[in-house]
Amino acid sequence: MKGNEAMAEAAIQAGCDAYFGYPITPQSEVLEYLAKEMPKHGRVVLQAESEVASINMIYGAAGAGFRTMTSSSSPGISLMQEGISYIAGAELPCLIANVNRAGPGLGTIQPGQGDYFQATKGGGHGDYRLIVLAPSSVQEMADFVFLGFDLADKYRNPVMILSDGAIGQMMEKVTFGKFKPKKVDKPWATVGKPETRERNFITSLHIKSEDMEKHVEHIYRKYDEVKKNEVRYEEILTDDAEYLLAAYGLSARICHKAVNMLREKGIKAGLIRPITLFPFPEERINQLADKMKIILTVEMNTGQMVEDVRLSVNGKVPVHFFGRFGGMIPDPDEIVNKLENLINKNHAL
Amino acid sequence: MRSEEHTLVEEELISKKDEPVNKSAEITNTPESITAEEHLIAEKPRCLDEDYEMVYHKPKTMVDVSMHYCPGCAHSLLHKLIMEAVDELGIQDKTIGVAPVGCAVFAYDYMNIDMTEAAHGRASATATGIKRLLPDSYVFTYQGDGDLAAIGIAETIHTINRGENIAIFFMNNAVYGMTSGQMAPTSLIGMKTTTSPYGRDVHEYGEPIKVSELISHLPGSFYVTRQAVNSATAVRKAKKAIMNAFKYQKLNKGTCFVEIIGNCPSNWKMTPLEASKFIDSEMIKVFPLGDIKLPKGEDLKLLEEVK
Ligand SMILES: Cc1ncc(C[n+]2csc(CCOP(=O)(O)OP(=O)(O)O)c2C)c(N)n1
Ligand code: SF4
Ligand SMILES: [Mg+2]
Repeated sequence: MKGNEAMAEAAIQAGCDAYFGYPITPQSEVLEYLAKEMPKHGRVVLQAESEVASINMIYGAAGAGFRTMTSSSSPGISLMQEGISYIAGAELPCLIANVNRAGPGLGTIQPGQGDYFQATKGGGHGDYRLIVLAPSSVQEMADFVFLGFDLADKYRNPVMILSDGAIGQMMEKVTFGKFKPKKVDKPWATVGKPETRERNFITSLHIKSEDMEKHVEHIYRKYDEVKKNEVRYEEILTDDAEYLLAAYGLSARICHKAVNMLREKGIKAGLIRPITLFPFPEERINQLADKMKIILTVEMNTGQMVEDVRLSVNGKVPVHFFGRFGGMIPDPDEIVNKLENLINKNHAL
Repeated sequence: MRSEEHTLVEEELISKKDEPVNKSAEITNTPESITAEEHLIAEKPRCLDEDYEMVYHKPKTMVDVSMHYCPGCAHSLLHKLIMEAVDELGIQDKTIGVAPVGCAVFAYDYMNIDMTEAAHGRASATATGIKRLLPDSYVFTYQGDGDLAAIGIAETIHTINRGENIAIFFMNNAVYGMTSGQMAPTSLIGMKTTTSPYGRDVHEYGEPIKVSELISHLPGSFYVTRQAVNSATAVRKAKKAIMNAFKYQKLNKGTCFVEIIGNCPSNWKMTPLEASKFIDSEMIKVFPLGDIKLPKGEDLKLLEEVK
């Protein structure tokens, strides 16, 4: 199954009530798959007139208490940012998938990781964060849909799956059935006001500064909880490692290969793969830094996550960067070379 | 310091929100000593004398607070008419409203129904999301002309083209009210606004856009009408149109679109009375009142059912 299709099928199995989207390469398969399958399950699927419209349809449907999802790729996600900010401000749960292509501008339809900043630092205007999940396999494309919906409901916050064109288009075996959809009570939803309760309204507007400050504070306290409970990462051969690679998504798969190649050469390399990009595994990276001589962050951009790695390491060891971008994918050999060069330079000092 | 959207309306609102609304309404005097003015702001509708019969009070679908709208503003009237319709049709528990940014952004403070505040221009997309998932509910949007006809025209056209079974209430006051009176796509030729200080120039900005006529050509629109609320007769007609827009939703035949030519005395720099006259003398020359698209043929039979 293709990564994009796995995500779409998972949406159905996770009890997604409605999907709103707009075609864009390399993720159109999600809309195509759901256009075919959702009606069979009596669910709503709609091709919107733009990403601006689709995210605002999500806003309406999420506010009415339904499990909703949209997906797009970089330029489309940019168009959604105002809506995402409203959704975060109004504290609505929803799932947004970005199958990242390389930019800026129209860029290329080839895979990229240039949307890391946009995904993890808010993206739209104002003070908010998304919970960001970074799959590195087709199986995770499916699994993170279940996880994403549950986290969104738990924290009443939009969740983003940040993948890329390669994982979206890649074919791998997927198994379903591990997770069951969870249904959550949403007494705040706008479904029509019965006599028995006060009216519900969905809004991100707090015109008085004192109220707005309180609201943002409330949202940030929620993010503290998210940081406490939801950090996820994977480690490969870090137990005895002296050199640490840090990478997420597709880059992490390539780094895994590079780690194996380095080990064959007798170099004690390991890998940390953040699975949640927000919350970022900063504590774990800080701990690992104690045992490392060098940390190398590998990304398909010009250096974005490396800033978070450096903040986590807090100057304990040098954090270096290797990136390919513009749709180019790093080669394991290049990563091995880069680390070997860094090691040699370190010895020369 | 005045922020971009910090109009007098909001300033007034902030100061009002600071102090509990209707404080002055805690009147301990005997009813006889209440002045007419005090009576207007009294907390609960009440009769001056038990012998009189109550002939009018706010519908239960309206929250009993004072509004932030300027004197003579059409928004307050339109709020009331929509809520009266919801009350009279007995659909409070099935109605969901969507109001985007604009002077009516606080509609949910006044309308006693479930509501969503939408982004500028996106109300009809938000309403689509709600209605598609709650097809048996009554969903309406409440949008200004800047919202619906400028930034949100794409959503407007596509929502109606899809024939979403919602009602759209379109407050056309020919200016951007909330942001202090900039030119709207509906501003009249020659109209002076803060961004057209020499008057709207047709060569630069074209003619005012007539949304009702435009969208009446879309097969997805079922009922399109243009009304006003600047006189008792106009209000009665507008109310009827609003009732229709709700009733027709049951038929699932498409979008009902009610345009209201609304007074914005503050930004027109007129008294409420002058503003009402301006509608009759100038606005309706460009935006003639009346029904633009009515159900016909087979649909007429259906209408009998909902009546
Ligand atoms: C994306 C965005 N652009 C601009 C604004 C500023 N803004 C708020 S309301 C408004 C215009 C309101 O005019 P209209 O829709 O005609 O409503 P009215 O206040 O006249 O009833 C504008 C430009 C905004 N809130 N969001
Ligand atoms: S009169 Fe104009 S500025 Fe005042 S509340 Fe009404 S629309 Fe807004
Ligand atoms: Mg206006």
